[in-house]
Formats: sequence, structure tokens, C-alpha cells
Amino acid sequence: MDNENGTVHMDVERICELAHFDMTSEEMSEYQDQLDRILEYVEMLRQLDLDGIEPTMYGQPVANNFREDIVVPGLTHDEVIRNAPDQANGEIKVPKVVE
Amino acid sequence: MKYLVSIGLETHVQLKTRTKMFCGCLLSTDCPPNTNVCPVCMGLPGALPLMNKEAIRKTVMSGLMLGCSINKYSRFDRKNYFYPDMVKNYQISQNTDPLCIGGGVDIGKGENIRRVRINHIHLEEDAAKINHYDRHSGIDYNRCGTPLMEIVSEPDMHSSSDAMEYLTALRQILVYAGVSDCNLEDGNMRSDVNVSVRPETSDRLGTKVEIKNMNTFKGICAALEFEIDRQTAILKSGGSVVQETRRWDGECGETFSMRTKENAHDYRYFPEPDLLPVMLDDGTIEQWRSELPELPGKKRERFKTQYSLPEYDAGVLCAQLPVAAFFEQTVQRGAAPKSVSNWIMTDLLRLLGQTGRDISDIPLTPDSFASLLKLVDSKSINTPTAKELFEELFEKGGEPEAIVKERGLGQVSDTGAIEEFAARVVAENPKVAADYVGGKAPALQYLVGQVMKLSRGKANPQMAAEIIKRKIAGE
Repeated sequence: MDNENGTVHMDVERICELAHFDMTSEEMSEYQDQLDRILEYVEMLRQLDLDGIEPTMYGQPVANNFREDIVVPGLTHDEVIRNAPDQANGEIKVPKVVE
Repeated sequence: MKYLVSIGLETHVQLKTRTKMFCGCLLSTDCPPNTNVCPVCMGLPGALPLMNKEAIRKTVMSGLMLGCSINKYSRFDRKNYFYPDMVKNYQISQNTDPLCIGGGVDIGKGENIRRVRINHIHLEEDAAKINHYDRHSGIDYNRCGTPLMEIVSEPDMHSSSDAMEYLTALRQILVYAGVSDCNLEDGNMRSDVNVSVRPETSDRLGTKVEIKNMNTFKGICAALEFEIDRQTAILKSGGSVVQETRRWDGECGETFSMRTKENAHDYRYFPEPDLLPVMLDDGTIEQWRSELPELPGKKRERFKTQYSLPEYDAGVLCAQLPVAAFFEQTVQRGAAPKSVSNWIMTDLLRLLGQTGRDISDIPLTPDSFASLLKLVDSKSINTPTAKELFEELFEKGGEPEAIVKERGLGQVSDTGAIEEFAARVVAENPKVAADYVGGKAPALQYLVGQVMKLSRGKANPQMAAEIIKRKIAGE
């Protein structure tokens, strides 16, 4: 998210599009400012010498947290449907989507 | 100018596990909508995923069957997108460190065997099923979270028939390995198709078009043929192909533009913070390797050498693992391989086809099948009786020797009885006998038929023919 003159910049309009957020241009510029400042803060990391240091993806050196392939009861149909805005024939009803 | 076609497939395969990838919900295609769901697969706040070890094992086994190398370190990423088929608004997938790398599938025959290389295999979760109605869409989350393996090929296929051979071989291998049912109607195996065309003189791949989510081989074949023609026509008229995603409409038999490159998805992958990495040691991988079945191609070769079967027989028998197993179990019980093969290829496969039954679910056992063949080989029963008995064993099961004894179906090889019938038949049909002497060979068949009738189907026909000939010759 660097721009040509080397400062950090977040494309808030693009992020809104990806996240399906509807924002006014005032809101966008407000967030633009805040998000750019967060990125600037993170930028400080770049001043450190990180040669030979692997990126850390996990907090602990643990792996293989598996479960066995055994059925565990989940939610009842009523519990699932209770949170849905609408339902029809057991399916969760949404506005027509086509992709 | 000639044009070259390059096709690559991304094939999604639902794994045959009992439960979902990251939660203990039952996997089943015949439950009412939204009944096999829980906070994890419904993406409720605070719910945490937990990896199904069996899904990891089945993916690694697939990789081993396909000659991939297995990554000892592998992990999951979030693929972010907004669509109602994925409640969390991201799919847990593997972007940078998938479970399997490389490998391939051989297509073609004899000297024309070619390898379609595999780029990698990664594991992810399937999305929910969306049904579309006139005024709304309905979502069933039962499928959401099904372990889904994505097998990504290199663009090594050059025609729709290459793609069909690749998919057929891939499916056979995965079904053999027991990792998936690969049932196309149930959507167990769905492919995204990438296809490009370029002039023969160019050594760079042409602009590719992707056709999404195809679940029948026939549809893939038709879509590819349409797309190859469409792209070739564009190039021939001097135009250029647009990089885009297209949708196949089976009813019109055409592809339609869905999304161009400018609107391409931007998934913003990042490491899944709710899951730990997968680290596999040599011991585990070798253990899983030892649990692999023989590959279909290897089995065909072995059937040809071990049982002296023709190529054709080996191909038919090995097409389905349970049929191959039934063959071997029958042979192990002492039946002659070629006659077992003949009976399976003609009578057994015909009956399975007619009744729509599964070989694992019929009353006929390798034991009863082998005893039936022994009765035929020892000429204790004749072929028509054997065929009838085979159908009965297929329907109801039973012990052939006991049935033959009980109903007196045994073939009459007692010369005395046949001599008597033959003498009567020749005496009663002097004209037919004269025809035979006069050189009409079919006349003999008629006389044999009469002897069979008198013996109520139990006479040994070869023996009857010999005796009739002697009688006519006046011996």
C-alpha cells in the first residue's frame, strides 16, 4: 500500500468496495486519515534490521491440534433459524443472489 | 494458421469423512436443510475451528497416489470474500503452504502415454449450497465446512478429450484410494476450467478464460469445445481474447461473460490465526503410504501377468476396485481366472447394470461363484443350467452344489441314458438323420436339441452329439 512518494497510503475506497461498506465521502476521508496513521505506526518496523528473522505467524511453537473424525451434535434447526432474518422450507431466505 | 490449445483444471473434491473439516457436524446429503450445522460452520462469534485429522490423512493419501511430494510443514490461510454461501465472510483455505506439491496423472495409451502435471493439492472448506428461486435465494448450510481438496493441474491438456481422460483417471485413482466417492450428481467433484488458445508459432500461452464450477464431465467437454472454437475464431479474425471468468449455460450450449480481469476478486489472504500449522513427520507419512491401495494402472499390469488375462479383460475388471476384488477373491477360491473374467464381464456386469445394484451388496459371494464355476469345469452341469443358476445366486444367494443335488440339475454324462435317448431320436427322425448324412450340418443340432429335450436339459450336449453321430453311422 505504498504510493509513489514513499509514504504509506490505504485505498479506503477499494477497501469499502471489498468489504461491502457503504460510506459517504466525509466518512471515507475521516477513516483515510485514521488508517494512514495506523499504517505509519506499523511502518516503524521497517526501520529495524530484520535480516535473517523469519516472520512470526503463530504465538507458540505448537502444531497439529487435531480432532478425530467423530460426529458431535450441533445446533437444532430451530436454533439455527432463530438468528436468520427469514426462512422458507428450512432454508435461510436471502435476496436473490446470482454470481 | 494452426492454433494450440492449453487447458488446466482446478478440481474440487469433497473428501469422504464422517464429519466436517473444522467441526464435528455430520456430513450427509440426505438431511433436511440446515440440520447439520453448529456455531463453527455457522460462523458464530467466538466459535473456533479444529482440524479433522482424517481429512489431512485423506489429502496426503491422495497426494501419495498422485506422486506428489508431501509438505512437512503446511498451514491454513483466510481467503476473504463476501457471498452468502460463506457465513464467516472468509473461507479457510491454503494459499502459500499447501499439503501436497507436484505429481501428475498419466493419460493416453501405449506409446502415447503423457503426463498431466499437478501443481499442488490444497485443503479447504466447502461453501453452503444456494438454491435460486423466482424471487429469492435459499441457503442450506449443511454442506458448508465439508472438507474440500483442490487439485490444481498445470495447463498440460490440449483438447477436450485430454481433459476427459485426465478427469476419468483422476476420479478412478481417488475412488480407489477411498478418499472420495467422486459422485458427480452429488457434486463430490467439481472443476474450474482454464483454457487458452495461441498461434502455433507462439511459445507463450494465450490469454486464459476461466469457466467456473462445472460438475459434469459432459458439461466440461461441451464448454471446452465451445470456448476453444470461440477463442480460435477471435484470433483468426485478428482480435484478442479478453481475460475473464465465464459461465457455462448447458441449455444454450454457450459460455457467457461473468467477470473481467478489472473486477477480479481480491481475496487479501492472510495466515489463519485460529489454527495451528500442520507438521508431518516421516513416520506418519510412511504409515499413511503403507495404507494405500495399488494404483489402477499397476493393477491392470499385474492382472495381465499374474492371471494371463488379455488387456481388455484387465481394463474392464480394474475399472472399479470392488469388481477387481471380487475377481481376485473368486480366483483365490480355485476358479480359473479366464472363466471368472468371462462370467464377470458378461453375466455379472450385465445383471449389475440391469438391477442397478452394487457389487458389495449382492447375495452372490466369491465362494458360491467359485463353486458354480467348478461345477461347470467338471461338466457336472451344462452351460444353460449354469447361466440360470448364476442368475438365481445373484438374486437370492445359496450353495450351488446343494441346489444342483436337491433339484437334480446335474448334467447327465451317463452314456447309457444318452445312448437310449439318441437311439430314440434317430429312429423317430429318419429324414433329419438322412439330411445330416447328406451334408446338412445344422441337422445334427436339431437332433441334439431333441436329446436335450428328452433329458430335460441335463444331457451333456457334446456327448449327445458324439453318440448321435455314431448311431447315424450305424455303429
